[in-house]
Amino acid sequence: MRRLINIQPGWLRWPLALLPFVLLALLYGIGATLRHAENPDDKVLPPLVAMVSAVERTALTPDKRTGEYVFWSDTGASLQRLAIGIGGAVAIALVFGLAIGLLPMVNALLAPLTTVLSMIPPMALLPILFIIFGLGELSKVVLIVVGVAPCLVRDLALAVGKLPREQIVKAQTLGASTWQVLLRIALPQALPRLIESLRLALGPAFLFLISAEAISAENGLGYRIFLVRRYLAMDVILPYVAWITLLAYLMDTALASISRRVFRWAHGAGHQG
Amino acid sequence: MSALSIRNVWMEYTGQIVLERINLEIESGAFVAIVGPSGCGKTTFLRLLLGQERPTRGSIMLDGAPMPDEPGPDRGVVFQRYSVFPHLTVLGNVLLGAELAAAPLLGRLFGAPRRRAIDAARALLAEVGLAESEQKYPAQLSGGMQQRLALAQALICKPRVLLLDEPFGALDPGIRSEIHTLMRRLWRERGVTIVMVTHDLREAFFLGTRVVVLDRLRNRPEERQRYGATITQNIEVHRRRTPDADLESGRDDPARMDPTRRDDPVRQN
Repeated sequence: MRRLINIQPGWLRWPLALLPFVLLALLYGIGATLRHAENPDDKVLPPLVAMVSAVERTALTPDKRTGEYVFWSDTGASLQRLAIGIGGAVAIALVFGLAIGLLPMVNALLAPLTTVLSMIPPMALLPILFIIFGLGELSKVVLIVVGVAPCLVRDLALAVGKLPREQIVKAQTLGASTWQVLLRIALPQALPRLIESLRLALGPAFLFLISAEAISAENGLGYRIFLVRRYLAMDVILPYVAWITLLAYLMDTALASISRRVFRWAHGAGHQG
Repeated sequence: MSALSIRNVWMEYTGQIVLERINLEIESGAFVAIVGPSGCGKTTFLRLLLGQERPTRGSIMLDGAPMPDEPGPDRGVVFQRYSVFPHLTVLGNVLLGAELAAAPLLGRLFGAPRRRAIDAARALLAEVGLAESEQKYPAQLSGGMQQRLALAQALICKPRVLLLDEPFGALDPGIRSEIHTLMRRLWRERGVTIVMVTHDLREAFFLGTRVVVLDRLRNRPEERQRYGATITQNIEVHRRRTPDADLESGRDDPARMDPTRRDDPVRQN
């Protein structure tokens, strides 16, 4: 008998990966059927048909009052907030992360501050953001920035700080100025790491987005979920949750494939002809 | 006129004296090999020449002027590891020096200047035997090829002094003798002054025109803090003319190890 640590999945890889999903769906189906048989008006575990019709209602028919397709306008609003928030966080991370990692003086000045700032629970700041920036778009975007940026900054600074000293010296012997070391040596080697930590930050980013929308918004995926919760509308909530999950998963996959394609050197040198 | 003049240099880290009374004149075009036991401050000495550290006392002059106290393009360097940039292709690595010099803001060249720089880089790559690998990344190269690349990368900036920190220490013997031959050819063709730290005596005497030995004269445990290493031997290597013959092929083949190369008193030619 071979040891468990030596047994490879081989062709079983895909079936194995699908198995838990199928089981979960099956479990849900059984639960929904049982509850439905007991009480035809059950709302907690709506059958698939109910969810499909809810998606049809929100995604394919215009809203009677506004004429909008609620599902898509929610998605658009949320993605816009997310994009601006993450964009802001990445910009901050690039400027401060590179400076802290590469310049000893900036490191001495800002590294302790960044560490302290990253310990503040962002959700505790939300009331402050609402007071300062009002209940509009800005406070939601700022929450995402505040929540995501400190980790990105710290991670980037660490990555840049870990560049071998030899490389920095070598660049100088090739005539590089501080700016050129930053631009040609530090930045390109930091970018794959930035993408990596951005992938990990997608979860928190969505968390802050949904939270901010739940508390104060007029549209958005998080707003919708928390709105229909009042009517126990699981047939809307579940598709929305699945949709959010899918969006996050697609972003993660896209980032990973961009990194592999653009920074081939960082992913084990792929041979070429 | 000497390229490097090291005058009474001391190096001390918080109470620990590493180097003391270092006096050395290195003439232009010399190939100085620095040897010595591990931990005697060979690499510290190279760092001083590089400008990565400042001597506690004494001065270092480069072509008669005090040496700048930070690394610069007048002094090239090849380390044992991490000498090339993993995110640039072979060509990109060699191109970098030219690009940095010509484009202070972007660090990149475009159009005709770029094509000229590429031609120069390709010529140099051909010289070190990497012409076929120009699109590869360093991680795809063997250790010996990476060091050849590092040499080409350093030489494109035409440094006055080339500093080598155990550059061939991690290579296996066959590759090493190949790269020795290349090293000697490059040194001869370019007339660059070279200071190389090594722990391989054979290498030191094969390549160097001068072998400098660093050692601690007082090495008892209670003396270690207060006495640093200094130059204990400064040997000029008188080279016979004949070994040059094997370089005339112009090819980068391994150095011949035939018995005639021994320093026998009687030789027939």
